[in-house]
Amino acid sequence: MDKKPWKYCLEVRDLTAGYGGKPAIEGVTFAVAPGQMVGVIGPNGAGKSTLFKAILGLIPRQRGEILLHEAPALSQRPLMGYLPQLEEINRDFPVSVEDVVMMGRYPRVGWCRQPRPADDSVVRQALARVDLVPHAGTQIGRLSGGQQQRTLLARVLAQDPHLLLLDEPVSGVDATTQHAIFALLEELRENGKTVVVATHDLNCVVERFDQVLCINRRVIAYGPPKEVFREDTLSRTYGNHLMVVQVGDRRVVVADEHGH
Amino acid sequence: MIDLLVAPFEFGFMQRAFVGGVLVGAICALVGTYVVLRGLAFVGDALAHAAFPGVVIAYLLKGNIYVGATIFALATALAIGLVSRRGRVSYDTAIGILFAGAFALGVLLMSTIHGYTVDLFSFLFGNVLGISTRDLLLVGILGAIVVLTIILFYKELLLLSFDPTVAEAMGYPVQALNYLLLGLIALTIVISIQAVGIILVVALLVTPSATAYLLTERFFRMMILGVVLAALAAVIGLYLSYYLNVASGAAIVLVSTCLFFLVLASRRLWTAKTRRA
Repeated sequence: MDKKPWKYCLEVRDLTAGYGGKPAIEGVTFAVAPGQMVGVIGPNGAGKSTLFKAILGLIPRQRGEILLHEAPALSQRPLMGYLPQLEEINRDFPVSVEDVVMMGRYPRVGWCRQPRPADDSVVRQALARVDLVPHAGTQIGRLSGGQQQRTLLARVLAQDPHLLLLDEPVSGVDATTQHAIFALLEELRENGKTVVVATHDLNCVVERFDQVLCINRRVIAYGPPKEVFREDTLSRTYGNHLMVVQVGDRRVVVADEHGH
Repeated sequence: MIDLLVAPFEFGFMQRAFVGGVLVGAICALVGTYVVLRGLAFVGDALAHAAFPGVVIAYLLKGNIYVGATIFALATALAIGLVSRRGRVSYDTAIGILFAGAFALGVLLMSTIHGYTVDLFSFLFGNVLGISTRDLLLVGILGAIVVLTIILFYKELLLLSFDPTVAEAMGYPVQALNYLLLGLIALTIVISIQAVGIILVVALLVTPSATAYLLTERFFRMMILGVVLAALAAVIGLYLSYYLNVASGAAIVLVSTCLFFLVLASRRLWTAKTRRA
């Protein structure tokens, strides 16, 4: 494999995508340098999930280009790890935590082959990183929401992708899981992974992310949180679904998750 | 007692029926695991009905009914796959139109034959007792194709069934895998027509696997348990059919249904007991 450092891990150019007549996102352009952590924020229905799905080729693209390491992303999909929103999985399916995490290895194992011992140890490591080793043999429906989310995250880790696309990894999970997930993201960054996360937790974005992409059908702003988090950009992103609350000497931003 | 169990085996047709029944049940349960977990019972029923005109045409042309059924079932599987790629008419409506139309074509063709009722009856409800050595050979070959395909694509079909979105995100050709699964269901139905007939195929495809689903939380165990339950139903059903002189296909299906309700009831009882304790 070519070892030259790429300027960008992910480049999205003029992306317009969505079903039917009115596209859910229009003319979206941004680029992510390798090893960066990018938060994608915007109200519900702003197109955060659509953006992820379009990058992964899950929904039709009407215009634009998506490059991973300067080559079309769709030809290298196993290099992109995707964590969908939690409600999209079938909890009654007869598989254990371990089985689900092993699925992340499938593209590397290859067609018509069995996972090897090396794959088992990758799965073990991924389970250890999300603290689920004791639950390896548990059926996924028997887990708490946070544990299910960590299981799916472990599957992404086992896939060992270059780019991680995480769609609201901390929504609807307990505080312990939230902290675990964010600690894990830090660790990934230290290992040089590129991570793009859709989230509603703006304060967390300020504290932990390198770049913020504010999106509301179009890109409203893109840059380091300190530059982007100004009242005018946030109000253009969220319209009325945002409150700025003064807590002691800190201003805390609260996004309305349910976006009326 | 032993005599009662051994007696049916004195007849060649009963020996063939036991082999055929167990073989067909086992293959149905393997494929049925996917059918149950992906909610494809209606699709399975539709494929079975759509195979009917193929059976009738083969019969009229004095050809092999398995060949006719295979062509029609696979063509319908393809059509269902195409229809599912979005359109104004919903998926289940399209399937309803397709299979009822195909079935009507079969009935129409059948009605052109003088005194057709006896043969029609055997196609619709099957007759495992009439299975020939040649039929068994065909069932064996087609069954081997189905089993081999499942072994080769085990991982991919598992991922497709559990999480099609992530399968696609990882770059798997999800549409092609869907066709593969529909094709497997179609072949399985063809294999089963002689044994249980078009109307009852869906029972073999769904019931043993659903029973197994009540008993385990692991995919592979569900497959194996389904096979065991299906084989058990075939054997008990054939004994019942032999001693009570009742239709063999219906007996196998009813034993399978009874097993399902037995397991369901004992699970309920067990859950109630543990809740009280």
